[in-house]
Formats: sequence, structure tokens, C-alpha cells
Amino acid sequence: MSDGFHRRRRGGAVATFSGFEADLLRSLASQVVELLRNEVAAPHDGDDPLERMLDFSGPTTEPEDPVLARLFPTAYPDDEEAAGEFRRFTEGGLRDSKADAAAQVIETLEEAGLPPELDQDGLVLDVELDAEAALVWLRSFNDVRLALATRLGVEDDDEERWMSLPETDPRSHVHDIYQWVGYLQETLVEAVSR
Amino acid sequence: MSAPSPVELDQPEVEDLTFTDRPWSTIVWNDPVNLMSYVTFVFRTHFGYSRKKAEKLMLEVHHDGRSVVSTGSREEMERDVQAMHDYGLWATLEKADG
Repeated sequence: MSDGFHRRRRGGAVATFSGFEADLLRSLASQVVELLRNEVAAPHDGDDPLERMLDFSGPTTEPEDPVLARLFPTAYPDDEEAAGEFRRFTEGGLRDSKADAAAQVIETLEEAGLPPELDQDGLVLDVELDAEAALVWLRSFNDVRLALATRLGVEDDDEERWMSLPETDPRSHVHDIYQWVGYLQETLVEAVSR
Repeated sequence: MSAPSPVELDQPEVEDLTFTDRPWSTIVWNDPVNLMSYVTFVFRTHFGYSRKKAEKLMLEVHHDGRSVVSTGSREEMERDVQAMHDYGLWATLEKADG
């Protein structure tokens, strides 16, 4: 079991992962990439053909998927028009930024020695992040946690609810993963905070 | 080549033209997911706030459910809100009091 990230002397952070852990992180990150890239950020601007032709850019309404709605919150809760404009100009870029961050996590894991298919026992990987890469990983951990928590329905102070689930309940396993990514994120914040 | 044609513009409202004082705010809202340490880290990294100020704002979010984390022009606040969303924080804009 990885004990998380540690401060690196010349800045940034290091962590050691088992092959299983690295493979799990890769799988979580690739689900984020898939979620962000699959559902095209298509404009929903009503039926006016002229308006549609003139609209080259992003969507203006909140995504239906609750995970995407959490990743791209409405910036003006009381002003639909301003919220739509804000979304049009920001959501595309934010999607790219988040998908790129997740892709960078995957790339780093593979560069550290994670094979395309994990087929060996006893694999151990050292991951080294400079300060810039650490920031990317922190953002990506956060997106993964937001996605898992939204799917699970995590609320404030609901520890007991998760503890009381039978081990056979798949949500119990997903919640363990959610907690584990939270632990990694916490150690990474500590490692790079001055 | 093109040349601008005359266009009738609406008279801007005086309110939009005041350059005085920070009329918009970036609000960060509490949520059950974001780590306290991460939220503090984001406030320090993005806004350049001291640890003390960042922690104070984080605790406001945590205890009061929301905190005003920056104020400025609407454009500046839209940039801050976008940055908060990139970090995964739940942020909105509103007009500052007055």
C-alpha cells in the first residue's frame, strides 16, 4: 500500500505505487478523459438556424450529467443569460484543461513503468513530479474525487453511512477508492505546500 | 477589405461606466468533497494569499457555507471563477453590495 507523496528536495514530490495502484489510478484518469471527451460540448442554443450558424463555440446550458454539472458549475445562479455566455466562453477550455491533466497523469504513470496491460505481480513504480506536474496531479485527483463523490452521493459527515455498508455492496468498494484518492491528494498537497 | 458601417449603439448606462471600486465578487461555496488543505492551497496558489489569509477564507467556506475570495471588475472575477472551476472548486460571481 502506497504511503502517498513525499516532498522532493529540489521541489515537487515523489511517491511509490504498486502496479495495482498505478493501474487503478490510470483507469480512474482514463474514465475522466472519456467522460470529458465523449459527450461533445455541443451548443444548445434553441432552434434559430441563424443563431446556430453564428455559434461557433461552447454550450450555454448546464450539462445533464450530474458529474459534468459539478465539474462545470453555473457561474451566475440568478442570471440565466450571463450564465449561458460564461459557459459558452469557458466550458470548452475547462474540458480540455481537465482532460489534458488526466491524460498527463496516465502518461507519467506509463513513463514510470506501468505497462499497457498490467500482467505481472510485484511491480513497483516510483513517480516523480516537479512542482508544475504536482499541480496537474492535484487538479486531476480532485476531478476524480468530484466524479466519484457525485456518483456515490457523498455528503458532509456521512462516514457512518459508508462504514455500515456490507462489504459486498459495490458502493463500499467505490467509497474506499474515493477515500484512497483523497489520501493521495492530501499527501501531495502537504508535499508541495511551503 | 472591409470598412465598419455605422451602427446605432444603445446609450450605455452610467452604472456600467463607473470605474470605481470593485463591483463584483467571486464566491466559493462549501462542498463535501474538497479537502480543506487543498482549498487553502488553491487560494494561496491562484491569488497569492498568505497562508493565514487563505486559511481564514477556507474556514469561512467550511463554516459559513460560502466566502467572498476576491473582488474586482466583472472581467477579472470571471477569470477567477474560471480558474476556481479548473481547480474543481465550486465558484460563482455576484455583484458586490452597494
